Amino acid sequence: MGFFLETFIGGLMTGMLYSLVALGFVLIFKASGVFNFAQGAMVLFAALAMARFAEWIPKLTGLTNPVVANVLAFIAAFGVMVIVAWVIERWVLGRLVNQEGITLLMATLGITYFLEGLGQMLFGADIYKIDVGMPKEPILLLEKVFPGGILVNSEDLIAALIAAALVAALSLFFQKTATGRALRAVADDHQAAQSIGIPLKNIWVIVWSVAGFVALVAGVIWGSKLGVQFTLSLVALKALPVVILGGLTSVPGAILGGLIIGVGEKLSEVYLGSLIGGGIEIWFAYVLALGFLFIRPQGLFGERIIDRV
Amino acid sequence: MAASDRKIGDVILDVRNISLRFGGVKALTDISFNVREHEVRAIIGPNGAGKSSMLNCINGVYNPQDGEITYRGRTFHHLNAPQVAKMGIARTFQNLALFKGMSVLDNIMTGRNLKMKTGLFAQALRLGPAEREEIAHREHVERIIDFLEIQAWRKTPVGRLPYGLQKRVDLGRALAMEPDVLLLDEPMAGMNVEEKQDMSRFILDVNAEFGTTIVLIEHDMGVVMDISDRVVVLDYGKKIGDGTPDEVRSNPEVITAYLGTSH
Repeated sequence: MGFFLETFIGGLMTGMLYSLVALGFVLIFKASGVFNFAQGAMVLFAALAMARFAEWIPKLTGLTNPVVANVLAFIAAFGVMVIVAWVIERWVLGRLVNQEGITLLMATLGITYFLEGLGQMLFGADIYKIDVGMPKEPILLLEKVFPGGILVNSEDLIAALIAAALVAALSLFFQKTATGRALRAVADDHQAAQSIGIPLKNIWVIVWSVAGFVALVAGVIWGSKLGVQFTLSLVALKALPVVILGGLTSVPGAILGGLIIGVGEKLSEVYLGSLIGGGIEIWFAYVLALGFLFIRPQGLFGERIIDRV
Repeated sequence: MAASDRKIGDVILDVRNISLRFGGVKALTDISFNVREHEVRAIIGPNGAGKSSMLNCINGVYNPQDGEITYRGRTFHHLNAPQVAKMGIARTFQNLALFKGMSVLDNIMTGRNLKMKTGLFAQALRLGPAEREEIAHREHVERIIDFLEIQAWRKTPVGRLPYGLQKRVDLGRALAMEPDVLLLDEPMAGMNVEEKQDMSRFILDVNAEFGTTIVLIEHDMGVVMDISDRVVVLDYGKKIGDGTPDEVRSNPEVITAYLGTSH
């Protein structure tokens, strides 16, 4: 039982990270109807920026305090993501207003390759590490209940807390602020939003900046766990089955979908791996998503599309 | 039947020689008319006459190839929708363009967007000024909700409301902008008699209480003749009549356009 729980919790932690990337997808889809294939590339780009700024800033300024350096690097990396958002609006999306969804999707595919290339050109293509001083030592829980207790990685725990805080902050932002309301309005109807004086441009820059911020947080957490390298943008692809599972328009769906996939792949790897051969972790998420497409194409919490005839 | 304490002022909106083409199709040909402050001005005409196109030109959705629009002494050749909204012109839509997933309250609150002054960060952190501003706007919106008698549906997602109520929410969102000029694109389309009476009453009340200038497109001749001060008649993109309801009613060209010629 102790082992099962350990696997389960391990899965939850991985799942939380999938959720973070998926959250970026959902935010952009909700606010602009664009299925942003580039979210994974944005995670990589943000993580690269963060890793390199954390290295450059102490070198250039002679700062010795690692906390200050990390905070500055984080702010600088966010600044870069805002610029990316602005550039995307200015040169890509702004020119494709009122185009079909598939056109916009293809455009984000292009953005993906562009960002991957640009990121490695600007920041280098090696493996970098991000050290934001997260505690690495594992914690033992429930030693009284199970023999040997449950081993939990304290880094994962903190990452999960950060992710939870981010989600809470984002839902408040969307539901309770005037800007959040304007974002939801644009998502619903471009023309009506313009007629009440909401400028589409600014809104899109804000949404992509927020998605950039989420990508940055995800990138920092992933990066400090696994190192910053090109494969980061591939791991982020796991967010696709997550959004299919959770529903493209639902923030809670992204969270729950990520957790289900994280836990599911860990448990099936451990318990089914010996029966049908290993490597389940790699394909589990996609097969689960495929199954969902057959049974419930709108996802767990997605809006059901009903066509009026 | 217009309210008696209302004083019609000078020309606020002057449309001159507007022509709009889509490829080879002439949607509007050389249309000129003006709108006086505080009046209720109707644009009527058979289907496909170019009424909505005319409204879309004023609203900045379409850019006419020829002609100009003067609003409050400033002349424009090209307008865009957010700019028009900033100048105090609001509109409603023929085929409802509400934010369907959002509540009635939130829909109308979006109309206050332009009046919000506090920055993004103040809002996100819920700082004092942002909080106070939100409350002030909320009060205004509550007055609109009372005015339109939709208190009971405040928190209901708009997509679930019946059509007639959605039309009211659409009007509410436009009113939240405190516009000087309100463009209404078929505010009574698809309504039953009772709903039409309610809507006519709201339009006249808005006009009388807030002094809002109203430009409306409507199919129902009875309603138009009852609530408008002056009427423009379009047919096949051309202006065929302009004047008071009585003048328009007796204009032979208008009668022909509506009833067809008898040979």
